Amino acid sequence: MKIVVCVKQVPDTNDVKIDPKTGTLIRDGVPSIINPDDKNAIEEALVLKKEKGAVVTVLCMGPPQADFALREALGMGADEAILLSDRAFAGADTWATSYALSMAIKKVGDYDLIFCGRQAIDGDTAQVGPELAEIMDIPQVTYVRKIVSIDNKTAVVERAMEDGYEVIEVKMPAVLTAVKELNVPRYPTASGIVDAFDVKEVKLWTAADIQADPERLGLKGSYTQVKRTFAPPVKGAGKMLEGSVKEKALSLVQELKVKHVW
Amino acid sequence: MNFALTAKQEMLQNLYREFADNEVAPLAAEIDETGEFPSETVRKMAELGILGLPFPKEYGGAGADTLSYAMAVEELSRVCASTGVIVSAHVSLGANPIYQFGTPEQKEKYLIPLCKGEKLGAFGLTEPNAGTDASNQQTIAVLNGDNYILNGSKIFITNGGKADTYIVMAATDPSKGLKGISAFIVEANIPGFTCGPKENKMGIRASSTTELIFQDCLVPKENLLGREGEGFKIAMQTLDGGRIGIAAQALGIAQGALEESIKYSKERQQFKKPIGAFQAIQWMIADMATEVEAARLLVYRAAWLKDNKKPFGQASAMAKLYAAEVAMKTTTKAVQVHGGYGYMKDYKVERFMRDAKITEIYEGTSEVQRMVIASTVLK
Ligand SMILES: Cc1cc2nc3c(=O)[nH]c(=O)nc-3n(C[C@H](O)[C@H](O)[C@H](O)COP(=O)(O)OP(=O)(O)OC[C@H]3O[C@@H](n4cnc5c(N)ncnc54)[C@H](O)[C@@H]3O)c2cc1C
Ligand SMILES: Cc1cc2nc3c(=O)[nH]c(=O)nc-3n(C[C@H](O)[C@H](O)[C@H](O)COP(=O)(O)OP(=O)(O)OC[C@H]3O[C@@H](n4cnc5c(N)ncnc54)[C@H](O)[C@@H]3O)c2cc1C
Repeated sequence: MKIVVCVKQVPDTNDVKIDPKTGTLIRDGVPSIINPDDKNAIEEALVLKKEKGAVVTVLCMGPPQADFALREALGMGADEAILLSDRAFAGADTWATSYALSMAIKKVGDYDLIFCGRQAIDGDTAQVGPELAEIMDIPQVTYVRKIVSIDNKTAVVERAMEDGYEVIEVKMPAVLTAVKELNVPRYPTASGIVDAFDVKEVKLWTAADIQADPERLGLKGSYTQVKRTFAPPVKGAGKMLEGSVKEKALSLVQELKVKHVW
Repeated sequence: MNFALTAKQEMLQNLYREFADNEVAPLAAEIDETGEFPSETVRKMAELGILGLPFPKEYGGAGADTLSYAMAVEELSRVCASTGVIVSAHVSLGANPIYQFGTPEQKEKYLIPLCKGEKLGAFGLTEPNAGTDASNQQTIAVLNGDNYILNGSKIFITNGGKADTYIVMAATDPSKGLKGISAFIVEANIPGFTCGPKENKMGIRASSTTELIFQDCLVPKENLLGREGEGFKIAMQTLDGGRIGIAAQALGIAQGALEESIKYSKERQQFKKPIGAFQAIQWMIADMATEVEAARLLVYRAAWLKDNKKPFGQASAMAKLYAAEVAMKTTTKAVQVHGGYGYMKDYKVERFMRDAKITEIYEGTSEVQRMVIASTVLK
């Protein structure tokens, strides 16, 4: 079994502040981490490595610094790492990102399972997993909270819902996106970290290496563009009205008049 | 000159921090109170390779450098100095002499399980009448056929009662003084060897400190470490390295006290202001921050010298002396910043101040460090 885990390096939003003028993240001095949901995806792949002898490849599209995130995944026990990095990828929206990832996965070849996180904590769209599955034309299950059973042909998984879960059988190869309920990610080990730097390697692939269509990459390949980023206005505190229905209706009308909504 | 950590060192540091904050810190206050040895934490550290950090992979170690090891002790001690010294005594005093002086057979049998953390290590040099004057060994080892027969006792031994493998010094030829001392690898379960009850200490209360008692204890001949008469040299070289571990422990305690003080001085309001707005508090924090950073540079440099195969005895003595004194000063100031609350066990700085004191005493008192430094400076 061969598993590809898509890993995004993100700023640790616990430490992040928003620039009040531009509305963008202040990234200076903020540590970069593996996107938390992706750690769950890596963990599950490593469990399958132990149970089924799966080979785990981690894949990241990002700037050269993303090497660090991939080495951490290697330190946790992943077998191979690929960094997709090229100027041509710059400015990619989720669709162009997914296209590039799909071409890289095709080059990896022979995959049985593609694992993504549910959502990245910076972009927050939760689109890459599903788009990847569409582009590659394979089935997908999002919000996976448990793998019930899995072999080379099918997987049975639980998909988290707001009020419960669905049990879904899916044909392999498929894209699964992981939620944090799936597992508790392990720490990398000290010797794993040493090996990640001294023994294992992070392969660097460019746009040419994955034979991607330049028109479909980066800004050119993006259907969406960021118009403006801003922090949503803070909601005021709600007010509870007391009394009988009639009294509450009256005070509601009163309040609305005061606020000139009526 | 390059002060930056490598990416590998940085990732290891992240690991120690995360592990310390998530797994070690939540237990620290409780095990300080109860004095319970954190066996579960030791097991977790073994899994992560922390107990074999600076040893090569061929011996089951992680293959990291001395600096990465020192940072581990620092980060652990930042939240729990007991956990820090368990690692330092195991790695620097238990495993390292076997790595440095052991035969291939001894390494196979003892070093590998120590590195993997399947076994815990300890080191017994101090005796009731051989403290600072460690050469005054009264534990005697007499060769008899295939065994040495050990008689005598050791006192204040870290990891005592919990360790499986002890490095023990004993006089094989008392007439020869320093040159009559030898080092032995002693397994915990051999007949004639027992550990005393756990000492009730001021600080590092969750680390187990006990007496070691030898009564006609038979140690196989092949467990002699190095040659007969080399024991004192082995002990002194072991302590040179061990000082980096204890210096790192002191540094970690000081860092922890600094962090708590910064946090508290922003939170605590008096005269309608956070106390950090008062210059008196600011100056304490500024001094603490500066001294902690100076200690860090000394500790990291000593580790760097060792990693680069340069003489590091003087540097490790300086690092240990300075970091220990900074730990004591910083934790005392941290309690001051916390006022009456800092005197209460509900606040970490109370524990930090008790824990800091030991770093000025063990692996050579501060007086001994000054003697070592003076002897190299004045030579
Ligand atoms: C340097 C840089 C420049 C950018 N420039 C632009 C821009 O100009 N315009 C614009 O619209 N957007 C831009 N983006 C945002 C980018 O399009 C999105 O971050 C990306 O498509 C992922 O979307 P998301 O963060 O919402 O992830 P989600 O869709 O929420 O992520 C879900 C999962 O998909 C996988 N995944 C997502 N991204 C990656 C990746 N890069 N590598 C591997 N796996 C991944 C992970 O498993 C992740 O958990 C830029 C991002 C970067 C890092
Ligand atoms: C918690 C704890 C854990 C320990 N763990 C270990 C361990 O794992 N293994 C081990 O072998 N030992 C261990 N020790 C022992 C420790 O190393 C000794 O306590 C230390 O070396 C001091 O020896 P002493 O207690 O006999 O003090 P003494 O030697 O009696 O010293 C008393 C005072 O006199 C000073 N002094 C002594 N001689 C001189 C001199 N020539 N010039 C100036 N001042 C001098 C000392 O600095 C000190 O201030 C531990 C001790 C403690 C408390």
